[in-house]
Amino acid sequence: MKVDRSKKAMEFLDKVEELSGESVNACIRCGTCSAGCPFVEDMDVLPERIFKRIVLGDKEGILEKNTMWICAACFTCSVRCPRDIDIAKIMEAVRQIVLREDIDMVDIDEVENMKELPQMAVVGCFRKETG
Amino acid sequence: MEEGYLYYPGCTLKTKASDYEESAMAVMEALGKPLVEMDDWYCCGAVQSLTEDDIMHQIAPIRTMCCAQEQGEKEVVTLCDMCYNVLKQANERMKEKPDDLETMNEFLTEDPDYLGEVDVHHIFEILRDMKDEIKKKVKKPITDLKIAPYYGCMLLRPDHVAIDDTEDPHIMEGLLETIGADVIHNPKRTECCGSYHTVNRSDIVEKRVEDIVSRAVKDGADAIALSCPLCQFNLDFHQRNTDYDIPVFYLTELIALAMGIEVGMEKHKIDPRSLLKDKKILE
Repeated sequence: MKVDRSKKAMEFLDKVEELSGESVNACIRCGTCSAGCPFVEDMDVLPERIFKRIVLGDKEGILEKNTMWICAACFTCSVRCPRDIDIAKIMEAVRQIVLREDIDMVDIDEVENMKELPQMAVVGCFRKETG
Repeated sequence: MEEGYLYYPGCTLKTKASDYEESAMAVMEALGKPLVEMDDWYCCGAVQSLTEDDIMHQIAPIRTMCCAQEQGEKEVVTLCDMCYNVLKQANERMKEKPDDLETMNEFLTEDPDYLGEVDVHHIFEILRDMKDEIKKKVKKPITDLKIAPYYGCMLLRPDHVAIDDTEDPHIMEGLLETIGADVIHNPKRTECCGSYHTVNRSDIVEKRVEDIVSRAVKDGADAIALSCPLCQFNLDFHQRNTDYDIPVFYLTELIALAMGIEVGMEKHKIDPRSLLKDKKILE
């Protein structure tokens, strides 16, 4: 992976840390987050690899992965991280960087079973996946 | 509130999870501490907004705190786990960050300002502290039912809003034992059910449900007990594509049954009545 230390790349790291209030550099790549995550089999890249890519400035590489969208903010990683990083907040920050560019990840017209779904599921999904 | 608890329903309790509201209200009524619905309340937003700069999505939950304050109350009780989590996290944020509270109050039209003095509780915390009273009201202990408790995420994480130990909770086990249930140890009880992915990534939820339910069945469970309406929907609805069909109860339904209170259980996808008849809990 190419290390990008350009101003633009470092702005991405700064933005993630500003939005999350967490230090991405505090991660020691122990893999505890990925070991406990119930969704890793559906993620393109493991959570700790996302951390590494943020530090390396690989914004474009991260944004084409699905990891932050598969994360359902269950906070399992956040309570287990030995470095006390609230990882769910970092995933949220990456999601928000995309959503604030007016990009939606869910289309209401493509939702099946709308009448069956509990309201809280629909509200929750649209809060997490639309800008 | 001397005569009971101020109750925040949230959107789903009035519709898809009306079985839960009905059973919880009946149980609390029987215990002499009725749930009294707030005069006014707002949708909590279902999921907590986690970015530092986002005050906007804290407004709805804090408006609900203002409603409680307006009623002169210092405690609000929720049934829904996601409502509990969002209200609690937003409220704690206002208590811990005076600058955020000031910004909030500058925006809110409510008068007076929110003072940050309301506390949010989940119904399980109230029931945990009333186990002796529950025991006295049990008429038909559900001794033949093997129940796997399921906590999901929102009662236990993040840890600053947890109602019990984040990794090894016992609050449900204690309540199930109080009503005579045969409690099955459930190692998957704190794992996420897939949550809101049920809207547009149901394949992920199906895998989570298969994993959670298959473990419970292998360990001998007749049914699952929980409190989150979204977990209930996922574990109940998404069993249709698995080899399993065990009922998924709200814990308050089981408490009501043990107390001899009639409960509707109208919204369940997997009808629990045949199991309850087999076990002589229903006639």
